[in-house]
Amino acid sequence: MTTTETETVTLTIDGIEVTAPKGEILIRTCERLGIIVPRFCDHPLLEPAGACRQCLVEVEMGGRPMPKPQASCTMTVADGMVVKTQHTSPVADKAQQGVMELLLINHPLDCPICDKGGECPLQNQAMSTGRTDSRFVETKRTFPKPLPISSQVLLDRERCVLCQRCTRFSDEIAGDPFIDLLERGANQQIGTAEDKPFQSYFSGNTIQICPVGALTSAAYRFRSRPFDLKSTPSVCEHCSSGCASRTDTRRGQVMRKLAGNDPEVNEEWLCDKGRFAFRYLGAKQRITRPLLRDESGQLVEVSWTEALRVAAEGLLAARGNRGIGVLAGGRLTREDAYAYAKFARVAAGTHDVDFRARPHSAEELAFLQTQLTPTVTFAAVEAAPSVLTVGMDLEEESGILFLRVRKAVRKHGQRVFTLGQWSTPGVEKTHATLIKSVPGAEASVLRELSVGGELVDALSATGSVILVGDRAAEVPGLHSAVAELATRTGAQVAWVPRRAGDRGALEVGAVPTLLPGGRPVTDAAARAEVERAWGVTLSAEPGRSTDEILAAAASGALSGLVVGGVDPHDLADPAAALAGLANVGFLVSLEIMTSAVTELADVVLPVAPDAHRAGTYVNWEGRHRPFAPSLDGGGVLPDCRVLDTLAVEMDVDLFTQTPSAAAGDLDRLGPYTGTFTAPTERPGSTPRPAQVGSAVLATWRQLLDDGALQVDEPALAGTARAPRVRANAATAERLGLTEGGQASVATDRGAITLPVELADLPDGVVWLPAHSPGSQVRSTLGVGHGALVRVTAG
Amino acid sequence: MSDILTPVLTSRWAQENSWTLETYERTGGYRAMRTALAGHPDQLIQLCKDSGLRGRGGAGFPTGMKWSFIPQGGEGAGAKPKYLVINADEGEPGTCKDIPTMMADPHSLIEGCIITSYAIRANFCAIYVRGEALHPIRRLRAAVAEAYAQGYLGTDILGTGFDLEIVVHAGAGAYICGEETALLDSLEGRRGQPRLKPPFPATAGLYASPTVVNNVETIASVPYIVAGGAEWFRTMGSEKSPGPKIYSVSGHVERPGQYEAPMGITLRTLLELAGGMKDGIPLKFWTPGGSSTPMFTAEHLDVPLDFEGAAGAGSMLGTTAVQVFNETVSVPWAVMKWTEFYKHESCGKCTPCREGTYWLVQILERMVHGEGTESDVETLLDVCDNILGRSFCALGDGATSPITSGIKYFRQEFLDLIAEQPAVARPEQLADVELTGAPA
Repeated sequence: MTTTETETVTLTIDGIEVTAPKGEILIRTCERLGIIVPRFCDHPLLEPAGACRQCLVEVEMGGRPMPKPQASCTMTVADGMVVKTQHTSPVADKAQQGVMELLLINHPLDCPICDKGGECPLQNQAMSTGRTDSRFVETKRTFPKPLPISSQVLLDRERCVLCQRCTRFSDEIAGDPFIDLLERGANQQIGTAEDKPFQSYFSGNTIQICPVGALTSAAYRFRSRPFDLKSTPSVCEHCSSGCASRTDTRRGQVMRKLAGNDPEVNEEWLCDKGRFAFRYLGAKQRITRPLLRDESGQLVEVSWTEALRVAAEGLLAARGNRGIGVLAGGRLTREDAYAYAKFARVAAGTHDVDFRARPHSAEELAFLQTQLTPTVTFAAVEAAPSVLTVGMDLEEESGILFLRVRKAVRKHGQRVFTLGQWSTPGVEKTHATLIKSVPGAEASVLRELSVGGELVDALSATGSVILVGDRAAEVPGLHSAVAELATRTGAQVAWVPRRAGDRGALEVGAVPTLLPGGRPVTDAAARAEVERAWGVTLSAEPGRSTDEILAAAASGALSGLVVGGVDPHDLADPAAALAGLANVGFLVSLEIMTSAVTELADVVLPVAPDAHRAGTYVNWEGRHRPFAPSLDGGGVLPDCRVLDTLAVEMDVDLFTQTPSAAAGDLDRLGPYTGTFTAPTERPGSTPRPAQVGSAVLATWRQLLDDGALQVDEPALAGTARAPRVRANAATAERLGLTEGGQASVATDRGAITLPVELADLPDGVVWLPAHSPGSQVRSTLGVGHGALVRVTAG
Repeated sequence: MSDILTPVLTSRWAQENSWTLETYERTGGYRAMRTALAGHPDQLIQLCKDSGLRGRGGAGFPTGMKWSFIPQGGEGAGAKPKYLVINADEGEPGTCKDIPTMMADPHSLIEGCIITSYAIRANFCAIYVRGEALHPIRRLRAAVAEAYAQGYLGTDILGTGFDLEIVVHAGAGAYICGEETALLDSLEGRRGQPRLKPPFPATAGLYASPTVVNNVETIASVPYIVAGGAEWFRTMGSEKSPGPKIYSVSGHVERPGQYEAPMGITLRTLLELAGGMKDGIPLKFWTPGGSSTPMFTAEHLDVPLDFEGAAGAGSMLGTTAVQVFNETVSVPWAVMKWTEFYKHESCGKCTPCREGTYWLVQILERMVHGEGTESDVETLLDVCDNILGRSFCALGDGATSPITSGIKYFRQEFLDLIAEQPAVARPEQLADVELTGAPA
């Protein structure tokens, strides 16, 4: 394949001849030459506006000067163009000075108390392009302020220069045009419609791209000055996208997070969860000292020495008895996950290790084995002619990937298919074709569509992608159906788990069937490589999954558990999980916060949250996302170090004292070169509402919900979508529900009562948010997606 | 003197029930449409080019050339539907030619729309009328209904196979929507603010499809050109500015009103037609084409009022809204009132117009109230310099015209305000002024 040469043009800027790709915006060509033209409305990821007029330059075309200075942010380069910026043109300089003076006449000039002061494009450019004093002696325009346009975003209309970056971002990028220009002339202002606040999962980006201090966050407002902050590049811990971010700290506290600029991954965006959900670091639930359960059953703080001794003794005894299981959780770095994988094999002597802290299946594991060498990237998703999402709602479960898909839809008309239950906001905003299925019947629906037709035709276009979320594991046969569709169409498959650590944990062998690098436990040669590296003998028998480990613990078939960052309420049957944790003889919990596990643990060992640890997330693309601690000290250690020390107490060496040591140990093993076959499981039976008053439950999590890492951030929670029971009109009528009225969704275990909202679900199906305030589906109902539930009004 | 006038567009205005289909047809209406529909669209574009008709909305762009920019054929933009949009958002201070046209003779506009739509292969035409002009909107809607009933609009017009729908759309009263791209956004249901160009409306206008946007007077001229021919049209006016034009004379004259004359008439002649200056109080200043065109003074009485003549004398023909002011009027006061208008109507999109007009008004109001400072005149001129040619659309440029031209011709009046003299003269001051009759 040959790549087409980019067409270029040659022009002159400030006397320098420069070659630029055809169609490039003039201000970018200037940038590449190191000539910075001041600007406000221009943003490389937004459509040109030409509104602020700050970037005026003189342009000559075909030897003839254009009569007016031109906005360099809207003009595209052309052959033979001669451009004079403020550096060589008195006209351009005067024009820029003039616009700057006009921008400042109504500005409150309150830099000393403004959040943006010190990092403000208006402040900086007023220095470079402004007058030292103002000729404006008249009355400034004033507005009441701040105006809360959501619980998280506050607007100061006096500081606003009306560049429309925020409104263009919300309209073009996020697809949430809840803010817009109102009024006109000098009264023009940003605002929201009455009773429709700026409820966007991406609203924080508007604060970051605001070139003045007009948009501020409730969380950060007036809390710090930019020059007091220490900034560290970081990686977001909230999902598997691995967004580049920047963590700003002051005096040992994280003050804010900003989106990092990574064109390959998150471009310059971050979802609001990634931006604002960091207060858990200082939450009262945080654990920073080892805890030991005393004779009275209370957890008491003890020394590391004592905690590690008791933990090691307990685990050694358990290992000698019926053995130990290791639940690694989905929020680990690659290095920490490796330490769990190795701890299980070397210290606990078992393959009973699993990172999957959510509903899972053997079929899923077989599917994941085919996903060990990822081939799809954000760029590939953007370039894909067609995308199918399975077992995931893009916007709710992978916000940044949603933005990329939406970009592709806008820029080149990408076709999106969503296998789901209703037209969620994310489905609407990607103009997706909703492939509707009764919950649990997705596999059958997909198989039927795989025979041929629109979906097959679309996915057969070269470069098409099937995105598979981790919820696919809740539907028997779905992974197999995906594999079959991929084979038929040639579409590439990408596994997009929700949690940041899932892919890394898979690759380093924190699963019962695989060793590091994806070596199958059952492959003698592969096993031997690991045995040689680790100096141990490994069983040829695969271990047990999370559910099986907990069932074994409950029945007494296991004597000890090491659990890192698992919430039993996320598992398919929280009651069964809790029974396992409660009944196991000896429970060691590695945690950053108190949880249902620490409540039952014999020993609790504190571990470091991201701000305090180094490590590498492996995002869904398989891309390594290394990060360093953004806060020193804190007295907490990463999981790999704690496990290493615990192993030493058990008289075993893991060589994972530090994340880099763990990475070095892991990388010596290298990847597995064998191949795996895709699962071929038949779809399960489709549940059907059998009697009057019953329905099939559809459920998944919303981006902003009751997640443990979202604690202590009420302003963020205020922008969450309200929890609602959803059903279609016919089903609602059959069940006696009315829109706006209450509905109760129940099983024998419990009931969830929420207001009703109508949506285009299949007949006989109701939807609940899985983990939102007042709607904890798994822990309250004991069932999940595809289960039969009773529904009543009131 | 009446032979100076050439009533074409205004020829029916004095007829009884001039706005009805019956009157229109009785006086020759809808014959040009039949001629046009019998020919090839390209012939009409050529005819329009040959006639030399230039846009009557102010800019004077050659109409036939504008039509010829519409991509035709089945490829690319040519494959999209084409639209004709009539700019009837008449809102420039002083301008009052389109509203009477729609009131008195709406069918001439509708016939023009039919012919133009046929020429550019449009099957949909929208007439965007200024929202405050309720009565003309009613007249126009009634006329459109009559035309539908008569089979002049709708499908298969007169059995020619040509279809045309006309929608009369009422704006919501924003000066900016007279700017063609803001008009298109407003027509699409968006906030009326000017669009980035390119793309120009000819390739991506209404609903991103090829669109011709023309002024009412321009399109109402089209049936007469089709009926009378390009040569007849060129018998009026000059080589570069041919045809008749409605001059809207307002202000301190004895008989303000619409005077339709060949392009190139002078104010001296117009004043004669209008019965001279009111009460004989001498002329002080005047606008050739609305408040956005730099003002003229008595020394410009013989400037030919066509596109070249007005431009040659340092102003613009604009909408030929001739506003005449006598010596009782303070220039700074009038300029302040105009500037208040621009401040009120600035759409807010770009900084120079939004902030600049806000500032200018405050300086002028302060000066007019006798609180001017020595630097004010220079500040006014410099702020105007920072708006002119820096704003997003031409409306910002227009806002500076009254100020810069006012200071150009009447600088001393502005300077006098600095000496703590209010601008609006008191009666005892007026008595000192010697009033003489209008110049011959």
